[in-house]
Amino acid sequence: MKRKLITGLFILAAFLLQSTVFSSLTFADIRPNLLIVVTASFGFMRGEKGGMAVGFASGLFMDLFWAGLPGFYALIYTVIGYLNGTFHRMFFDDDIKFPLILIGVSDLVYGLAVYVCLFMLHGEFIFSYFLGHVILPELVYTILVTLILYQIILHVNRRLEAEEQRSASRFV
Amino acid sequence: MKIKNQYRISAKYILLALIIICGILMGIERFSGGRGPIGILGGYTVIPMQKGISSIGRWMGDLTDNFKTLDELKKENETLQSKLDDMMIDNTRLRQEQYELERLQELYKLDQNYADYEKVGAHVIANNGTNWFNSFTIDKGSSDGIKADMNVLAGSGLAGIVTEVGPNYAQVRSVIDDESNISGMVLSTSDLCMVRGDLKLMSDGRIRFEKLPNNDNKIDVGEQIVTSHISSKFLQGIFIGYISEIEVDSNNLTRSGYITPAVDFNNLQEVLVITSTKQDLVNGSDEEADRKDEQQ
Repeated sequence: MKRKLITGLFILAAFLLQSTVFSSLTFADIRPNLLIVVTASFGFMRGEKGGMAVGFASGLFMDLFWAGLPGFYALIYTVIGYLNGTFHRMFFDDDIKFPLILIGVSDLVYGLAVYVCLFMLHGEFIFSYFLGHVILPELVYTILVTLILYQIILHVNRRLEAEEQRSASRFV
Repeated sequence: MKIKNQYRISAKYILLALIIICGILMGIERFSGGRGPIGILGGYTVIPMQKGISSIGRWMGDLTDNFKTLDELKKENETLQSKLDDMMIDNTRLRQEQYELERLQELYKLDQNYADYEKVGAHVIANNGTNWFNSFTIDKGSSDGIKADMNVLAGSGLAGIVTEVGPNYAQVRSVIDDESNISGMVLSTSDLCMVRGDLKLMSDGRIRFEKLPNNDNKIDVGEQIVTSHISSKFLQGIFIGYISEIEVDSNNLTRSGYITPAVDFNNLQEVLVITSTKQDLVNGSDEEADRKDEQQ
């Protein structure tokens, strides 16, 4: 229960920050994608189901409040959460490179999906422009933010896991 | 050790179920067009938080303004004073012309006046968090009388159009968004054109116009573009921006170019929502025409 509450708080905080504070902290009109960091991190920390749940919730938030087709972002984020969850077995929490790569790839996949579904199908075929001006800058900024945000998520996750182990061992 | 539940559903099936739910959500939007109960719930939970954060931001902005020195303020006051004098002279001249216009309009029995639409002020509380679209959320909703398709102004220019309304918030798509498409008109020659937002121009804050007929009317850089009379969603005569570049297309039939919008979309804080939609006006004038027909 406590875990669910804290996870919900993380999603809410990431969503609020992305739509308010980071709008004034843009570099070249690009803001980082905090929700993908949260989704991917919970994915590889908690496994497929956890990742899916977080992805679905964050996607739903985006659908509801940033206009667009409801269910579209939820779908992308759910799949990204699931795919990150499949890497759960390879995750060790003292290694930062692996999470960074996973979060980077997740953001890239998200960018490509949005480009293909919402822009290429509109007849915008200049892929190199979108790659160079939106997808890659967002990727770089997101990874920079990850360096800080990921530490916080990792720390909270460790504390929660330690607590859960303690309460689980009480019943042995 | 935890005792594992033997009947755990495999993650793959949950994924499948969620994908189907997302598909259904996308389908529902096509038929209902509304946000449904989740939207209302969100309106009462998330929107107050966004309001709080943005009001803190505004307060901090005010705080930095307080640190301006006395010299700066004095200088600013002087320039503003001289500007005010100029404006007063302009204003008297314009007022005279206004009276003349009213008199002439009366003669011609033209009683439509586009300048005074009723407006409601609103604060911008959140932006679109993605890098792909440019929309924003305002802190007024259906309980304040806001409806979809209402035009939104910022300063003197057109900022966007209300796309969705919640009980206490509304989503506004700005004119520089990739999905924005407005029927515009060159003020001086009344030639019509299409004003389209484009993601590639969004970072420069420019918008593109197309399909301006390549006729004998000479149109220069700096001409004003306003919303046209044939638009079905935008009220007539709202200022969009100035032409910053114009060239004849390769087909020699049309002209296209770029517009610098009147609104600075990077620091949008307060906007004005016009509380009548084009549809209302069209219906209203239809009813009036019907009444006249009946009388005759």
